[in-house]
Amino acid sequence: MPSNYLYIAVMALVSYTIRILPLTLIRKPIRNRFIQSFLYYVPYATLAVMTFPAIIHATQTPISGAAALAAGIAAAWMGAGLFPVSVICCALVLLIELFV
Amino acid sequence: MMKSQHRTPLRGDASAWAFSRRVFTEGMRDGVPIALGYFAVSFSLGIAARHAGFTPLQGFLASLFNNASAGEYAAFSLIASGATLAEVAIITLIANARYLLMSCALAQRFAPGTPFFHRLLIGYDVTDELFGITISRPGALNPYYTYGAILLAAPAWAMGTALGIMAGNLLPLRVVSALSVALYGMFLAIIIPPARQNRVVAALVLLSFAVSYACGVLPGIRALSEGTRTILLTVLLSAGAAVLFPIPVEEEEAHAQ
Repeated sequence: MPSNYLYIAVMALVSYTIRILPLTLIRKPIRNRFIQSFLYYVPYATLAVMTFPAIIHATQTPISGAAALAAGIAAAWMGAGLFPVSVICCALVLLIELFV
Repeated sequence: MMKSQHRTPLRGDASAWAFSRRVFTEGMRDGVPIALGYFAVSFSLGIAARHAGFTPLQGFLASLFNNASAGEYAAFSLIASGATLAEVAIITLIANARYLLMSCALAQRFAPGTPFFHRLLIGYDVTDELFGITISRPGALNPYYTYGAILLAAPAWAMGTALGIMAGNLLPLRVVSALSVALYGMFLAIIIPPARQNRVVAALVLLSFAVSYACGVLPGIRALSEGTRTILLTVLLSAGAAVLFPIPVEEEEAHAQ
């Protein structure tokens, strides 16, 4: 298994390259409609895939994870920002696991 | 804004990117809520980093040089399962692909003649939130606004990760359990508001949930690591959505000036 510092170097290199390429080399907007659409959809697919079912396995009981998911979706739907949504999810898990 | 109307907007007008204390302070002011949110969320990222065997210093460095919630989280879970460097590179690429799009949009907003090194510095911390506040400002991009926000957000992100690794050992299991959903809350806050606006995005999110769940139970696919499944599903689902529901091509020129 590679050293953790090697992992960090690879992660940093990839992250920085992704951000810096369009700012330096690709100065023109991407015109290809498929690539534009693909890049538009990628964040939703990747974050959704990573959130579920992982959120249910992250907590001590699946019920609290599921409740956090439902509450998080509801809060974000009603326009709550990053910080409030996170706090609501955490608080709900804490509360449920006090009783379950 | 009123003053600039009386002045001919010269190509290479340095006032667009010049340091001004006002602009820098505005950036710091808008960076406060972002830094607070980052601190809380990166704390739960630290818990994931600890599972991957990262020390607080390693977590600090990983966050300082990555500034990516989903990307780091995906990489940490892969590393925890003993991934190769190539796998880590691919998952980082996929999970952070959205920053490519954001950087493209930011690249359009630099005033002509802005010194090149500003592009290298802005590229250090293109995240959903910092991109959001930068792009929503009217007119040409003044990098010092974003630097003001980065100055608070980046250390908060890195220190939160390190503290999460350290405190993960000390905190009661119940508190760790609660904090571990903070990151997912952040993901939901990113994907749900656009899903409310756009039916295709809403359907994509629901489908991603369903397929992700199915792949965790189905024999065969289940054997693949979580990170590998994330890569495959993201590429397949996004490509499918792009073929079936291509987005309208943006008319950049229309609002470029």
